[in-house]
Amino acid sequence: MSLILTPNISDTDDFYAELIGSQRELSEDEALRMNARLVLLLANHVGDRATLSEAIRLARTPGG
Amino acid sequence: MSNYVYPRFPYVCSAEQKSGETRRHPVVVIGAGPIGLTAALDLAARGQKVVVLDDNDTVSIGSRAVCYAKRPLEIWDRLGCAAPMVGKGVSWNIGKVFFRDQLSYQFDLLPEPDHRWPAMINLQQYYLEGILVEASGRSPLIDLRWKHRLVSLKQTDDHAVLAVETPDGIFTMEAEWVIACDGANSDTRRMVGAEFKGQFFQDRFLIADVRMKAEFPTERWFWFDPPFHRGQSVLLHRQSDNIWRIDFQLGWDANPDEEKKPERVIPRIRAMLGESAEFELEWVSIYQFACRRIDNFRHGRVLFAGDAAHQVSPFGARGANTGVQDIDNLAWKLSLVLRGEAPESLIDSYHEERAFAADDNILNSTRATDFITPKTQVSRYFRDAVLDLAQHHAFARPLVNSGRLSTPTPYVTSPLNTPDGAPGCGAMAPGSNAADAPVTIAGQPGWLLNGLGAGFTVLTFDATVTAKELSIDGLVARVLVVGRDVADTKGLLAERYGAAPGTTYVFRPDQYVTARFPQFDEAAIAAAVRRACGRPGTVQQELAA
Repeated sequence: MSLILTPNISDTDDFYAELIGSQRELSEDEALRMNARLVLLLANHVGDRATLSEAIRLARTPGG
Repeated sequence: MSNYVYPRFPYVCSAEQKSGETRRHPVVVIGAGPIGLTAALDLAARGQKVVVLDDNDTVSIGSRAVCYAKRPLEIWDRLGCAAPMVGKGVSWNIGKVFFRDQLSYQFDLLPEPDHRWPAMINLQQYYLEGILVEASGRSPLIDLRWKHRLVSLKQTDDHAVLAVETPDGIFTMEAEWVIACDGANSDTRRMVGAEFKGQFFQDRFLIADVRMKAEFPTERWFWFDPPFHRGQSVLLHRQSDNIWRIDFQLGWDANPDEEKKPERVIPRIRAMLGESAEFELEWVSIYQFACRRIDNFRHGRVLFAGDAAHQVSPFGARGANTGVQDIDNLAWKLSLVLRGEAPESLIDSYHEERAFAADDNILNSTRATDFITPKTQVSRYFRDAVLDLAQHHAFARPLVNSGRLSTPTPYVTSPLNTPDGAPGCGAMAPGSNAADAPVTIAGQPGWLLNGLGAGFTVLTFDATVTAKELSIDGLVARVLVVGRDVADTKGLLAERYGAAPGTTYVFRPDQYVTARFPQFDEAAIAAAVRRACGRPGTVQQELAA
């Protein structure tokens, strides 16, 4: 499995709105804590180590 | 404040100091801590004379190293010391991790049934050393000298010259080999000019030994950010005699001299145990730590072991446990070299195998420390996220790292190993320490490890083998035939060794697998033993074949 870099989310605007909306009422500190939890939840869902390493490498480089 | 009475061992002026005549000893061990004493006992068990020098005249002040794992217990059992340690110590399996006031994660070291020794015992270091000192006293080959401080060391090609200070002044002794077990601040290491590099952690910890009758179960409890010690971690361990070890993380800004004072320590403990708790302080210490190792475990005729060779954070109990395994690795090699049964170059494999293990320990210990003491705010967010998620979701629990407890590092890359001849036989590949199993030996129920003996041992599942031993260029390897010498009454021996009829294992004197084959092949076994002894010509013979 390699990291999917083509569109893979069905309703993109709705997803983005949900992501931003979920943090609207949060303080910056709470939002950062939520982000950390979200990264871990999604990372576990992906599971595959090579894919996770690829994502970490891409995310580490601004603009991927 | 302690109820434990420290023994005072008598200083005796040695005959060589009295006479002024310089003597050359085969082995001199520097330091009579757990590692130095184990070195003396292991070498003596192999028939070698050992002199042990210690600058003090008592055991460890304070409980210090507390947790001892199964593999060191197996080693100490070989030296006749494990039973009193387990008898005096406290065995435990369950570890609990709390985040704030919630249980976040629980682990069970779950000793496999049908193993002789518990996964982990807790025992104050002074008791452990007491047992080792007593055992040393029973050996006519061990000359344990208290109040002997090494002040200088020089080396030639084949020996070291030691200047040693005692209450009677300074005298000179010589040693074919020196084993430096003088701890993290090793003077011996400085004398040979070795480098000791690694990472220092900017954090301080307070250790308090508390005597109390408590309701806590015999478990390892670790708190992240508990209500009674906000923003830091706390570790609780039970030791023998109703002594409890409490370890408070203090942060880098803490003043070590202030924090050691009972008027600072007692309120911290009271906050943890409750206002009505009755306890006495036994011992208090402040420490900070580093993860580092010596550049080479061998500097000429000086060999380093234990904290003198490597230092780790305490999380995972990888300090003393690793040091004991250094000695397990070294003693048989040194003994073969002293006897002229192996070339001196075999000693270099001590560095190769144990530096590999030290690096593995340092890696694990550094990772635990990075989890316990996040270096940045954002890594703290991830750490807290793991702890938070772990309360509700199983997936996050393996990410919680309050210390990965010491297990032996297999020597997978060791040049002493013979390439695996039976890779289909499961986990016990060359480089692994022998798994124990209940067996019947000579009609008596016993354990495989006790049957392996002091030298090389061949264990074969080929019932047709008649040989009792093999002679390999003068070295004798015992042959244990399953069914003839050991009865696999529960079938666990075959199960743990993935054995089929014919499967044959070769164990080194330290109970590590050095080779395995699908059948009993004397020539292959002899080649494996030669290779494990570092005998010259091994590689050439292979190439020629």
